Amino acid sequence: MSSDAKHKPKIAVFKFASCDGCQLSLLDAEEHLLAVAGAVDIAYFPEASRRMLKGPYDIGLVEGSVTTHHDAQRIQQARRQCRTLVTIGACATAGGIQALRNWNDVNEFVSYVYSNPDYIQTLKQSTPIAEHVPVDFELRGCPINKYQLVEFIAATLAGRKPNIPTYSVCLECKRRAAICVAVARGLACLGPVTQAGCGAICPAYGRGCYGCFGPMENPNAKALARRFAELGNDREQILRAFRNFNAWSWQFRAATEEREQQ
Amino acid sequence: MPTRSASAAALSVSALAELISTLQARGYQVIGPAVRDGTIVYSPIERLEDLPAGFSMEQEAGACRLVKRNDGAVFGYAAGPRSLKSFFHPAEIKLISAERDNGTFRIVSDAPSPPRTAFIGVRACEIAAVRIQDRVLLEDRYKDTFYETRRAHAFIVAVNCTAPADTCFCASTNTGPRAREGFDIALTEIVDDGRHVFLAEAGSAAGKELLRELPKAEPAAELRKAAEKALQDAAGSMKRRLDTDGLAQLLYDNFDHPHWDDLASRCLCCANCTLVCPTCFCVAVDEASDVDGRSAERWRRWDSCFTQSFSYIHGGSVRHSPKSRYRQWLTHKFASWSDQFGTLGCVGCGRCIAWCPVGIDVTRELAAFRTSPAAVNSQGGSHD
Repeated sequence: MSSDAKHKPKIAVFKFASCDGCQLSLLDAEEHLLAVAGAVDIAYFPEASRRMLKGPYDIGLVEGSVTTHHDAQRIQQARRQCRTLVTIGACATAGGIQALRNWNDVNEFVSYVYSNPDYIQTLKQSTPIAEHVPVDFELRGCPINKYQLVEFIAATLAGRKPNIPTYSVCLECKRRAAICVAVARGLACLGPVTQAGCGAICPAYGRGCYGCFGPMENPNAKALARRFAELGNDREQILRAFRNFNAWSWQFRAATEEREQQ
Repeated sequence: MPTRSASAAALSVSALAELISTLQARGYQVIGPAVRDGTIVYSPIERLEDLPAGFSMEQEAGACRLVKRNDGAVFGYAAGPRSLKSFFHPAEIKLISAERDNGTFRIVSDAPSPPRTAFIGVRACEIAAVRIQDRVLLEDRYKDTFYETRRAHAFIVAVNCTAPADTCFCASTNTGPRAREGFDIALTEIVDDGRHVFLAEAGSAAGKELLRELPKAEPAAELRKAAEKALQDAAGSMKRRLDTDGLAQLLYDNFDHPHWDDLASRCLCCANCTLVCPTCFCVAVDEASDVDGRSAERWRRWDSCFTQSFSYIHGGSVRHSPKSRYRQWLTHKFASWSDQFGTLGCVGCGRCIAWCPVGIDVTRELAAFRTSPAAVNSQGGSHD
């Protein structure tokens, strides 16, 4: 327990470029929500409440990536206000699906989408929070797993290390006795290079893993990309497999950029 | 000719159905092979029709495909992705929970007692693997009581393997294809010339007693011969071989062999090989408290020497590189396991070959050390 039992940790939730799905995971943690609300002071959470207390905060949960000059300034302020800063989700941790722009000309996209592109001010790249400020902990996923979020809060309150594994999805897949879709069906599954946390949902329903939780510890993405090629996937298919929610994570990026040059 | 002799018998397909119903009548949950999600795996079995008659699996490094057989054989396939480990040494198990109670805490032991289980279709390699896990989990200084309670009342109907997959090499590890011990009943399936029959042998008093209940015939000498030949053919047909001679020393002598780097460039560290391995027994024990600090749980889950946290001690992981983890696994299976437990840690079932997502083949990797032994001594070797 915290040293001062009367002190409820103040939590702030910040949003950057994102779809809000990870913030909703907190509201979605129904059976734990009352316990969380009782144990912490949710001081700043514009998605959920108009009550907005000023910082400093004990824990800042950051959703979304940095895609504008304004974002880049705002994350500096958020960092200064938070003792512990945690990125939640693939956008905040790896740049998100919007980081696909990083290989293209964003102004071209803008010209197609907006009738008055002059009003749009955006950065050339979508970048993860850790490229701007130091980050204390990452909760992965697209979206995050609500149980991992609750575990992080429970562990922080108890002063213990959060039990958030960094190994591959395959461990979760085998523990739930799912049949490996890569071996039994020859599917391009990202599970062997993706961090656990989702409970291996897609392989358990007969789909290859989409890599929502981003690269696991020591991911050998190059070897898996080679295997995808052996299974009959062409260059475009392999790039698409690795370039989704966590495309800009340096490990997946390295594997795809090497393959692009081949 | 009906007979009362119970040590060996010829069973028809309908007698196999009676074997299942007799086990059920005696209170066993029956687990046997069944077609599921494009493969054949141990599943709860209700009746004969649940068994994979007419199916097999083609297995290669990194690939397994369900295929049809035209002879209707019930056990015409080799080891599937699950082994008996899943039942005796469960993947996830809650050990205890604790409740905060008036300034102290109370341990709640609420583990359900496991069902009495009968297994049908167990191969010789799997029985050898169970014996190895017995040695590790029951016959060492500490007993794993969770394993013990699941193992103790199991009834095992073995099947002598006449259909090895291309990934099998139990003839090399001397753990098959014939089951020699560790079963209650062993069946050898013969399908030829319009007959479909099982040569049954009792391996325990319980097996003998159960065989007595079933309709059967005295096995003709010709049937015994056919079974013998089928098993010899199976052993001879195995495409993979492993030279176990001096294997431990070979690995100890090649701690710094460049082949480890080659392996590390291919290995994903995904842990699949260890999870499908019927002898790998490593687990992690995690404790978690809830948000308000009123209750906590302690869970045990399958872990693997391929994860970073597995070798975590104060300050960091001892085996931080994929190279060191692969070396640890292979050297444990084929060298230091013998020093620890008196046998190889491998039973030649080939699961780690088939279920490796990139198709790493231990028989080929071990042969590579033999063909170009670097014989670099481990003294002062790199530990990366």
